Amino acid sequence: MEPILEVNNLVKQYDKVVAVDGISFALRQGVCFGLLGPNGAGKTTTIEVIEDVIRPTAGEVLYKGAPRRPSFREEVGIQFQSTALLNLLTVRETLETFQSFFTKTATVEELVRLCRLDEFLDQYNDKISGGQRQRFLLALALVNRPELLFLDEPSTGLDPQGRRNLWDLIQGIKAEGKTIILTTHYMEEAQYLCDEVAIMDYGKIIAQGTPAELIRQYSRGITVVLPRHRFALEADGFPLPVREIKDTIEIKTDDVNQCLKQLITHGVDLSDITIRSPNLETVFLNLTGRKLRE
Amino acid sequence: MSFKRLWSILKARNLEFFRDRSAFGWNFLFPFLLVAGFGIIFGGKSYTEYKIGIFPSESKQVSIERLNIPQRFKDMSYLKFIGFSNAGEGLEKLKHHRIDFLLKAGDGPHQYWISDASPKGYVVEQMFKASLIAPASELNAEKKEIQGSAIRYIDWLFPGILAMNMMFSALWGVGYVVVRYRKNGVLKRLKVTPLTAFEYITAQAISRIFLLMFTLVIVWTGCDLIFAFNVQGSYIDLFIIFFLGSLSLTALGLVLASRGTSEEFTTGILNFISWPMMFLSEVWFSLEGAPGWIKSFAKIFPLTHMLTAARKVMHDSAGLIDVGPEIMILSLMTLGFLTLGAALFSWNK
Repeated sequence: MEPILEVNNLVKQYDKVVAVDGISFALRQGVCFGLLGPNGAGKTTTIEVIEDVIRPTAGEVLYKGAPRRPSFREEVGIQFQSTALLNLLTVRETLETFQSFFTKTATVEELVRLCRLDEFLDQYNDKISGGQRQRFLLALALVNRPELLFLDEPSTGLDPQGRRNLWDLIQGIKAEGKTIILTTHYMEEAQYLCDEVAIMDYGKIIAQGTPAELIRQYSRGITVVLPRHRFALEADGFPLPVREIKDTIEIKTDDVNQCLKQLITHGVDLSDITIRSPNLETVFLNLTGRKLRE
Repeated sequence: MSFKRLWSILKARNLEFFRDRSAFGWNFLFPFLLVAGFGIIFGGKSYTEYKIGIFPSESKQVSIERLNIPQRFKDMSYLKFIGFSNAGEGLEKLKHHRIDFLLKAGDGPHQYWISDASPKGYVVEQMFKASLIAPASELNAEKKEIQGSAIRYIDWLFPGILAMNMMFSALWGVGYVVVRYRKNGVLKRLKVTPLTAFEYITAQAISRIFLLMFTLVIVWTGCDLIFAFNVQGSYIDLFIIFFLGSLSLTALGLVLASRGTSEEFTTGILNFISWPMMFLSEVWFSLEGAPGWIKSFAKIFPLTHMLTAARKVMHDSAGLIDVGPEIMILSLMTLGFLTLGAALFSWNK
């Protein structure tokens, strides 16, 4: 099947800074693709070049196998990282205004139902809460029944309930077969929503695949964590490598059964044990490092 | 171009403006207050042009009848007398141009002080000197009255104030608002829809022109009920001139709105354009007698041509043909500004 979107050797340079450095990927119809990376990695620049908000320095973006035509705007939905809206309009009026820009549109009722807007539909844009605002921005991105949806950090600033709620909405949109490109800082979000992810750093894609593939490839092993006071042995008296971190000890293992057997054999009390499976966050930190980025 | 999209953005902009009640109300109230204020200042008998300090006096308020100064000076119009207890107090005010002339009360020989840097001081000095000389039985001069009905200052000033209000509203209402929308990302959000730049800026311009003409009619009607303006020419011609003027000013606003994301910088540019336009387009005073280069420079402003044409219609019964050059210039300026604004317009930061 022909990819819905192809990005080939995309470069975006600002003076001496190369924000996007020759990245390429292709998306199949209906996939949810996550673009992950630390602050300043080039995620938003990449997504905005694809959205045709900014021009690339080099490279090409193909939509349905051809360069983007004016009709591209009719077929994509976009939620920016931060968007101000027209002042002193209600949510309903804003939806109606955006509807008028497009040929093929969802009805206000559909959007209200899909994004749960009913409780604040007649409030002014700037008088709604953070969670309501994110749902409203998602509805605006869906106003033209897009085939390809761009979501740039859609859950930033939301509380855990708001985030879960938004994930459910995005799952619902995925179920309709829409293709989604998502950027996020939240690895849990990417793992929950994305079929495929690419990790970016310094403008390049440094790893790409399904979350499970990346975890297998870049973060092997299970971590067993115990409070220090439960582990009475000396570290070198235990057959598996042990790391002391503050008041805990961590044991990395590929075979959790064997590890637990050894702990029981050595008479360790397992009451407060924690077993951590590798996840995307581990992959992310392993690949991009633990140094603070700003 | 899609009229549906244009209408939609026009409607949204109008809703935004009409719902901002403070801005909406101020738009009508400001010109009305200005006209009313100037009507009171210049229309009543209390208007004084020159301030005369008198000492010694027990209080600031002086009784003109009881003042011991030349009678003919007391009788002159447009003078306001202010009392000072001593010369030092009066001289301090004179030095800072708070008064134009300082006079010691009493019988002659009179003593007075003026500031050499004050043109008004010079005029009052000549008035004072004239008041000391007995009137000639036969003046070598003859007073003639202006034929026809006199044009009051308020009649002259009124179109200026309305035009000035239009200028500020057009430049700030388009220039500043669009730059703010570019800065906060509204334009970026609109850019990724099928809405075109032409549709967007046309909607902004139509919305502002509609508002300017609506304000014009309301303020004119309100002020006319109070001041009964004397319009010699046709109201329709006057409306057409103001419409053309608002078109050119709004188009100039679009040029300023076409680029930039800094509200502070845009404020600076707007001030840089609007202040010289306000002072050199004869809003407040005539440039009659001003150096030629200033008069020529003033012609670069659309406000100058709008006001010239409006005053000709209002005061000299001119028709559209009589103000043809101004109409032509305003139309060309509109076309030029629109072309430039559309060519330069950018959605992005």
